[in-house]
Amino acid sequence: MSVPAELGYTSEHEWVAINEGVATIGITAFAAESLGDIVFVEPPEVGATVAAGEPCGEVESTKSVSEIYAPVNGEVVDINRAAVDEPELVGTDPYGQGWLFKVELADEPADLLTPEQYTQLTEGEG
Amino acid sequence: MSAPAAATAEPRRTPLYEVHERLGAALVDFAGWLMPLRYGSEAGEHRAVREAAGLFDLSHMGEIHVRGPQADALLDHALVGHLSAVAPGRARYTMITAEDGGVLDDLIVYRLAADDYLVVANAANSDAVAAALRERASGFDAEVADESAEYALIAVQGPRAAEILAPLTDADLSDIRYYAGYFHTVAGHPVLLARTGYTGEDGFEIFLRPGSGAAAVWDALSAAGEPHGLVPAGLSARDTLRLEAGMPLYGNELTTEVTPYEAGLGRVVKLDKPGDFVGRAALAARARSGPSRTLVGLVARGRRVPRQGYTVLREDQPVGVVTSGAPSPTLGRPIAVAYVDAGVDTATGAFAVDVRGRAEPVDVVELPFYRREA
Repeated sequence: MSVPAELGYTSEHEWVAINEGVATIGITAFAAESLGDIVFVEPPEVGATVAAGEPCGEVESTKSVSEIYAPVNGEVVDINRAAVDEPELVGTDPYGQGWLFKVELADEPADLLTPEQYTQLTEGEG
Repeated sequence: MSAPAAATAEPRRTPLYEVHERLGAALVDFAGWLMPLRYGSEAGEHRAVREAAGLFDLSHMGEIHVRGPQADALLDHALVGHLSAVAPGRARYTMITAEDGGVLDDLIVYRLAADDYLVVANAANSDAVAAALRERASGFDAEVADESAEYALIAVQGPRAAEILAPLTDADLSDIRYYAGYFHTVAGHPVLLARTGYTGEDGFEIFLRPGSGAAAVWDALSAAGEPHGLVPAGLSARDTLRLEAGMPLYGNELTTEVTPYEAGLGRVVKLDKPGDFVGRAALAARARSGPSRTLVGLVARGRRVPRQGYTVLREDQPVGVVTSGAPSPTLGRPIAVAYVDAGVDTATGAFAVDVRGRAEPVDVVELPFYRREA
């Protein structure tokens, strides 16, 4: 299962890429694979304030619906409308075209997992 | 994201376990069995069954034999159907209920011979069905034998199923009608070959005894089917296929809390058959009074899926509860079935489902959502 080295992770299976104070957020390949066909995604709205560890959106597959937890504190500045229109992008390219939303950071993110820690976590669950 | 659930107790493996591993299936614990949920895309598997064919491992299903000179009388007493009227080689969809008419399971019963019936139960209910049949067998010259562990069951379903199966079997498939089953061979192995299924398509179910080459039969069907578009299909596709076809699932539409009448399946209750049967008095009363709630089909206007347990609203008032819901690959929209209280006017009014706190508009439609062209 792909776990890109340059990203941060959460135990709720989100990934985070931080660039100049803005975090791009999506779900991991492990999460996408365990969900199966993704049929609906609902990222938070642009302008919404999100708090690390709080639910802020949904990802729905044939068999289940899962909440997206915000990995960081801040304000949502962009969402991926292509992924909303074509939820399958989240499954086919979770780290690329399937990103979900961007957050302008209110503070330095705490408690993100390293790729090694996240890999260890998924091996425990897999 | 919430963490994917991990399996706890050690589930049983079907004779096709190695095949699923080889195919890279996502395996889940289903009713105590390690079963393929999907092999690749569940929507892809669903579409393959609608357009070509799919291959399913259903070895988790319960197989209970009822044998003896009074096997027919026992089943007439124990089940709601008129099984003594079934000719050898034919099958019936039927149910077993409690004394109060609550559904214990829905069943397909094959009459293999005058004195031998095969009762096929849902995996989760298999032990309870066998126990109920044994209890109800008291006083009848018949024996109940739960042989679930000894059977493998493979289904090939879809419009091209017959074409794929024909060169592999000694049976003339045009002689096997819907809900008929006979002893034949498939890929040289002895099987019970039945034209039954749970997908809304034409198809066959192949029952195999132990050591009878389940993996070889699977591989033969897989190889013969591939040029026709056959793919292996998991339980996830099976669930969306049956839901589109308006077929009930035990634990969802069918529970001990409802009688066959609530589920819209009163036709399986043969109140006129000779003799008494378990549940008769309660079911006759329900037939007179009418069901307390009825099953309806819902099609969502949006993309969020109404799921089991969600409340159905009419003009913002709760009127029922969703029993099954899923994105429908055929309709391209979420579909659901729900119990709505008797007396609710489903022909007018604005219907919605409370999807985690938000009322999502739905249209009430007639079941099934999908019917194959004859």
